[in-house]
Amino acid sequence: MPGKVTSMHDAIADLVRDGDTVAIEGFTHLIGFAAGHEIIRQRKRDLTLARMTPDVIYDQMIAAGVARKLIFSWLGNPGVGGLHAIRRRIEPSAVGEGTPLEVEEYSHFGMVSRYTAGAANLPFMPIRSYFETDLPTANRLIREVRSPYSDETVFAVPPLNPDVTVIHAQRADAAGNTQIWGLLGCQKEAAFAAERVIVVVEELVDEAIIRADPNRTVIPGLIVHAVVVEPWGAHPSYVQGAYDRDNRFYLDWDPISRDEVSLQEWLRDWVYELDGRAAYVDKLGAERIEALRPGSAPSGSVDYGAYR
Amino acid sequence: MSFSKSEMMIVAAARELAGQRVCFVGVGLPNIAVNLAQRTVAPELELVYEAGVFGARPARLPLSIGDPTIVTGATAAVSMFELFAFYLQRGLVDVGFLGAAQIDRFGNINTTVIGDYAAPKTRLPGSGGACEIAIHARQVFVIMRQSQRSFVDRIDFRTSPGNLGGAEQAASIRRAGGWHGNGPSVVVTDLGIWHFDETGEMRLDSLHPGATLDDVRSTIAWEPRISSDLTTTPEPTAEELRLVREELDPGGVYTK
Repeated sequence: MPGKVTSMHDAIADLVRDGDTVAIEGFTHLIGFAAGHEIIRQRKRDLTLARMTPDVIYDQMIAAGVARKLIFSWLGNPGVGGLHAIRRRIEPSAVGEGTPLEVEEYSHFGMVSRYTAGAANLPFMPIRSYFETDLPTANRLIREVRSPYSDETVFAVPPLNPDVTVIHAQRADAAGNTQIWGLLGCQKEAAFAAERVIVVVEELVDEAIIRADPNRTVIPGLIVHAVVVEPWGAHPSYVQGAYDRDNRFYLDWDPISRDEVSLQEWLRDWVYELDGRAAYVDKLGAERIEALRPGSAPSGSVDYGAYR
Repeated sequence: MSFSKSEMMIVAAARELAGQRVCFVGVGLPNIAVNLAQRTVAPELELVYEAGVFGARPARLPLSIGDPTIVTGATAAVSMFELFAFYLQRGLVDVGFLGAAQIDRFGNINTTVIGDYAAPKTRLPGSGGACEIAIHARQVFVIMRQSQRSFVDRIDFRTSPGNLGGAEQAASIRRAGGWHGNGPSVVVTDLGIWHFDETGEMRLDSLHPGATLDDVRSTIAWEPRISSDLTTTPEPTAEELRLVREELDPGGVYTK
């Protein structure tokens, strides 16, 4: 295989280590479910999982026992309700004698700003959030700081530099130059902040396709360590223009995850007993997959001009 | 035409957006209220979604606030840093529309935990963007159902600041901190519509048809202020109900 292209198995085996801080980013859009499932299959342990919205993927990973700590800003099953496996690791009535999940919590702007500071090699990022709230008490890493130019005070958040960031995208070339359209979330910031970057794409394209539209490149191959080609790798989340969010799955997850036994059965049937995403897509079935394809809404094209 | 309490709440919340320009849409009930407003009283409303969209024109009701329909046809899709820093913190948002698990008389909001933070009885989603929306949106609208558990004397955790301990204190803190927001201005519930008086406390200005003051008092933990000009909220029109039932929420996710 050319360039940095590798299999999901090898990318996770080579680049994710026990004890790492791992960020699988993508805000509702482009969530790296295939990568998360591979981390579960390889039974990684003691990870610190960072993500603005832990979503169903972190509920699954935490239920599988890969994590000791969670860094986040909104903990829920978007549009549905709570994340029950994670709650069972936080609420004392459910944790019992078990080991509680360590949590470190921000607001969305705080999390984005942490990645931004990490990406830009800054010691902190100042923001005008958190005033008169209980968040700085709950999380002592959110600290008040005085402006060096006036009497104003703002709040600082520390940089977040994941050992590994995983990004799902529409397309990349073999060198890892990655293009995304639709919701951009904090993928660029999370990737630049990371030590190692895994890009998972729906489609591997020629370098010329990337170079024909440089404004759409979000992550340069310069910071990418592995490119994995994994169509449908973001299911049940979505990929703008390629497939819709499988809302039925998000709704179904609620009753599955309320019960630890049914959740572990789900992990067995849909993660441990499958060898990868192709088998998962097969198991979903053609009918379900086809129903997720959107109609067409192409962008107009622009002319960059040829300057010789 | 008969209607449910949830439908009345959503319709009343949408009407409150008449005349507004830029609205930051929160998770859950705000999503359907704001989309109804865009189709009725506020066609020029610019919808801002924290996922990084300005000027959304959703063709269907987004189930989540990161649905692909908020991107297709939008004015701009931007990074979340840009959205929070340049649109919100810069002061370009007129209304932040939020939900809440607990609210107090001054409109301070909890969406983080029920019980003690370190050992919660119920772990809730947390802030998301709500903390900064409450600080920087020029006004904050809240939509939530009333109950003894949600309209409380003392919230268990302050996720998003409202009028703090009262209007005067809140105004001076906002000025000193460079906030763009002026705090909460309306709370729409399944029983009525509350605005905030000059002391910063919520006051019931309108009672929904079918609701009584006894219902209001039995679902709130403090003795509420009731307007001397208390009105009855006009019933949902046939068109408002049609939009909610046929276009926005045919599955009854929000209205059941």
